[in-house]
Amino acid sequence: MLYTLIPFLPLVAFLVLGLGGSRIKDRAHLVAVPAVLLSCLLSIGAFIEVASGSVISVPLYAWLTSGTLDVRIGLYIDRLTAVMLLLVTIVSSLVHVYTIGYMHGEPGYARFFSYIALFTFSMLMLVLADNLLQLFIFWEAVGLCSYLLIGHWYERASACAAATKAFLVNRVGDFGFLLGLLLVWYSFGSLNYHDIFPAAHEAANQTINLLRPLGGIWEVSLFTLIGLLLFAGAIGKSAQVPLHIWLPDAMEGPTPISALIHAATMVTAGVFMVARLAPLYNLSPVAMQVIALVGAATMVAGATIALTQTDIKRVVAYSTVSQLGYMVMACGLGAYASGMYHLLTHGAFKALLFLGCGSVIVALHHEQDIRRMGGLKDKLPVTYWTFVVGSLALAGFPLTAGFFSKDDLLVAAWMSGPLGQVLALLGLLTALMTAFYSFRLVFVTFWGPSHVDPHHVEHIHEPSRTITVPLIILAALSILTGYLGIPSFLEPVFSTGGEHSGEHGAAGLGIMIAATVMGLAGIAGAYYVYVLNPHLPDRFAQQWESLYQGSLNKWYVDEAYDRAFVKPTLTAATELWKRVDIEVIDGAVNGVARGVAWGGWLLRLVQSGQTQHYALAMAGGIVVIVTMFMFF
Amino acid sequence: MTIPISYYLILSAIVFLTGIVGVLIRRNIIAILLSIELMLNATNINFVAFSEYFQDLGGQVFVFFALTVAAAEVAIGLAIIIALHRAKDSINIEEFNLLKW
Repeated sequence: MLYTLIPFLPLVAFLVLGLGGSRIKDRAHLVAVPAVLLSCLLSIGAFIEVASGSVISVPLYAWLTSGTLDVRIGLYIDRLTAVMLLLVTIVSSLVHVYTIGYMHGEPGYARFFSYIALFTFSMLMLVLADNLLQLFIFWEAVGLCSYLLIGHWYERASACAAATKAFLVNRVGDFGFLLGLLLVWYSFGSLNYHDIFPAAHEAANQTINLLRPLGGIWEVSLFTLIGLLLFAGAIGKSAQVPLHIWLPDAMEGPTPISALIHAATMVTAGVFMVARLAPLYNLSPVAMQVIALVGAATMVAGATIALTQTDIKRVVAYSTVSQLGYMVMACGLGAYASGMYHLLTHGAFKALLFLGCGSVIVALHHEQDIRRMGGLKDKLPVTYWTFVVGSLALAGFPLTAGFFSKDDLLVAAWMSGPLGQVLALLGLLTALMTAFYSFRLVFVTFWGPSHVDPHHVEHIHEPSRTITVPLIILAALSILTGYLGIPSFLEPVFSTGGEHSGEHGAAGLGIMIAATVMGLAGIAGAYYVYVLNPHLPDRFAQQWESLYQGSLNKWYVDEAYDRAFVKPTLTAATELWKRVDIEVIDGAVNGVARGVAWGGWLLRLVQSGQTQHYALAMAGGIVVIVTMFMFF
Repeated sequence: MTIPISYYLILSAIVFLTGIVGVLIRRNIIAILLSIELMLNATNINFVAFSEYFQDLGGQVFVFFALTVAAAEVAIGLAIIIALHRAKDSINIEEFNLLKW
């Protein structure tokens, strides 16, 4: 089937570049870019075919069959997958093109391309999976690619630390995911979506006794447990509170991967997973509530931290955390289509913002601190205007994609019930902060007097066309994706029988207006604070010292983890190393060696070389033996 | 009157012990060789005594063999002693202690 090529073209590119990268070197893009572009075209083809109402299913091969465990690798394209395919391949293609300019002349050029090709393959296989195990395998594979790419500049200690952190933090969530996977298999005897989903309804009221091994009784709804365990994976992958800490650090990696992996695609895998498994999640109101609350907490936490960060990429990273919170919250409230819609539009405008950051960073010779920027809008007009479009979309400015998706999301949240209404209000508040910090970034970076290092000022110029063209395309997409009717396109996937009426009514209109007002107020506020009264931010910082410090220090989550987990682990490991490794294990090994040497030394004395000593031993031996025979 | 077999055995034991002690404590290799001869002859006494006691000539045949072998052994032993003496100008056994680690 032709669509099989969608994931496998990037795989071929990866293999070619991975095996022959040292020869291909600076021509690596000639391999990777066409492969990804082609798979992008095929994805559009698949999208059109799926849009006509069909579902594409391509069985590839039986990977392993053992007893009742039967795992087949296959591709499954329905409307949900098709949307993700479009997002992944389009953003990936643009990032590939962007990389040509951004990574130009880097020693790891071919390596970088091979990794992003591998990532594209893994991500595509993840969304195309037709069973949970395949999803999990590629879930881990994208995590691996993320690790490799964050640590792309591996000679930098901070990059290595960030890569390790991302990997370890994800591992925490993935452990839950794996347990959830086992529980699904234990309960249904299958991991295929088309086996699980129909069976799920019949098992809706099953409970599982968690304390059975200990002899106790603690009945928990099966689907609550499955849902929460699988969601633990999403918490890690989609950087939700409390495992959000890896995402901002992941900005140590090159900017293209921040756009591709840590904004548009991989981090949305958690949201995608929840949406994909909607039939399971719908059966557990408890799990759904937890998801909604985690999402809301992430949304607020991300936005409050983004307000004060000074590293341009970190602001955008925390904004990503916050927006992911929106999506997860929407899924938790049952508004999967809205969540996915926001995922799609966010993929476009956040990739745009990251690539814009990258463009600024390149122009300023790898300066990332916004306090040393300013006044860039005339020198980088393309970057500036595309960045403004991205920020407008992020702030939910009317008629941009972000406006439609965020409104849709908040309205859906509001309609979902009392919890949803509270969270929708929180969402509105967050929208205000979102608009504020995104335009803070615009004003501080591009407006006002220049704080750029005087050495560089003269040399600031718009980067090459491979960088600006993707920006322009993404800017266009940041507006256009709002007009594609994604929610109604996705609705059939999630419909559980006419539950969603589609009639928003007066309350929906109110939310829409409120969200718009919030967005505009945020922008106006940022304009007032950062353009009209540039001394105000410092005043605020002094006035609300503790709040400011809390936000600036990311609410001390890293420090808390450091104290609660990292330090004790390191201390324990050091102690174990010193006590057990060095003293016990090494001591035992060396002790044996020393004992043997000492014993040998003792025995050596026996062998004197004096014939008479030997003769004495013989005579003594005979006496002993004869005595034994005689008396025993 | 016949001499009881135990007399022979006691004599033989004394001679044998003398031989052993000689082998163990003498420094002179020739003396050690002589002590070995003593031990061999102690066994010869036993053979002859038992041959008489059991009225079996087999024992005396063994003695002839033993004497023959002892003669050959002494010949070789003396040859070795001469060789050792040539090598070290000494026949003190304590000087020949190379056979060790």
